[in-house]
Amino acid sequence: MKHVIWSALAALTVHTAAWADEMKLAVTTSFHNSGLAEILLPEIKADLGLEVQLLVVGTGQAIRLGEAGDVDAILVHSKKAEEAFLAAGHGTHRREIMYNDFVFIGPKGDAAHVHDATTAADALQKIAGAEAVFVSRGDDSGTHKKELSLWNAADLDAEGFGDWYRAVGAGMGAALNTASGMGAYIMSDRASWLNFGNKGDLELLYSGDPVLFNQYAYLPVNPGKHPHVKSELAEQLEGWLVSDKAKGLINSYKINGETLFVFNAKQ
Amino acid sequence: MSELWEGITRAIWLVVTLDADLVEITLRSLRVTLSALVVASLIALPLAAVLAVRRFWLRRATIAVLNALMGLPPVVVGLLVYVVLSRDGPLGVLGLLFTPTAMIIAQVIIIVPLIASIAHQSLRELWSDYHDLLISLHTSQFQRICTLLWDGRRALLTAALAGFGRAIGEVGAIMVVGGNIDHHTRVLTTAIALETGKGEFALALGLGFVLIGLAVAVNLCIHWLGQTERTGRW
Repeated sequence: MKHVIWSALAALTVHTAAWADEMKLAVTTSFHNSGLAEILLPEIKADLGLEVQLLVVGTGQAIRLGEAGDVDAILVHSKKAEEAFLAAGHGTHRREIMYNDFVFIGPKGDAAHVHDATTAADALQKIAGAEAVFVSRGDDSGTHKKELSLWNAADLDAEGFGDWYRAVGAGMGAALNTASGMGAYIMSDRASWLNFGNKGDLELLYSGDPVLFNQYAYLPVNPGKHPHVKSELAEQLEGWLVSDKAKGLINSYKINGETLFVFNAKQ
Repeated sequence: MSELWEGITRAIWLVVTLDADLVEITLRSLRVTLSALVVASLIALPLAAVLAVRRFWLRRATIAVLNALMGLPPVVVGLLVYVVLSRDGPLGVLGLLFTPTAMIIAQVIIIVPLIASIAHQSLRELWSDYHDLLISLHTSQFQRICTLLWDGRRALLTAALAGFGRAIGEVGAIMVVGGNIDHHTRVLTTAIALETGKGEFALALGLGFVLIGLAVAVNLCIHWLGQTERTGRW
């Protein structure tokens, strides 16, 4: 018996590596929280024999990973940051894949009357006017950048906000947990919200303004800068992501009967 | 409260049904932490013995630094290892970032000071008992170190278990250097962080109870193998 345990311990400490085609893709938390990855990855593995290893981070960090060459491609949603990434020569090109949208979440009581808002800017002005507690991601992610641009569009400056504006510096799920605990307003992508398990007293209050659309783009890392990058595999993956098969899977993906993503890649 | 009960039932259910994902991440947790423990012990225990036996320049400083580093913040270690292993960093060519090896490296750095400090403390007391005997026997320094390590093995086991405890429950560093990649670098602690982020508290708690159970099981197992805490033995 003891020999068995000793050898089991020895076997555990020896690292076994399986060799298959694999590449690293940095994706945003909002994409991963949607659960779409769990549908797409097994299909990619079956079709291309390619194991895509996902690094789930905010857009800010995803771009940093691409710049350092630590991943082979990135799938993010912050156009300005993506364009800066390309301009600096870190990526080869930008391919739009699909979009989903952002929604405003808040307590059921809705003291700020966000439910009656007509536009996204109007919703934010109502929150600021009521000084209702608002949780911001505050982590330089795509969602955070989007939120800041929306405050700007509503002629408000997030820098000057008082105590009611809480920047938590965390991922979408952690920020939703915080909002749920405080009964606060928050902006989330629809997918993360639908999949979120700790809704508590929160509900979806406003959505639908076209400015809330959220475009996801795929950017392979430039092999000219980082020769070790698996650009062939990144290219294969891109081909698959814009294929009709991917289109069908993305467009038909639903949570609680709601469609989450709209495929809009140019084929 | 209901979440606590749900967490306990989830934990029992996961263990009873031998959930495939749970088995995979549990084995990975064990593999990473036990590898780190073996490497760290190979570094820390001889170092502790040398510190106990030899009187050399900077000895005090080394001990003080080791003691201070016991409280090393894991996330800082993670960040340092990340920067070194990143493709931009000095060891970037090895391509080790976001692999289990990177996680092992980070854990070794975290637990070496802890194991060495605790081991040194007990070996120092043992050395004061053995000092006259070993000197009068004209033993070489190497023989003294070996004697101390062998006769102090029970206390060293405690030091190693403390290291194991710190490593298996650690999340800050391995999250940064491992990246929590599904089927690749996801371990129990990072899975717990992920499920908490999704608001799935019951599953997160369930995994937490599995982690606690695992730590207890490994400790019991090592005591049994080492034949400690039995009648007729100390």
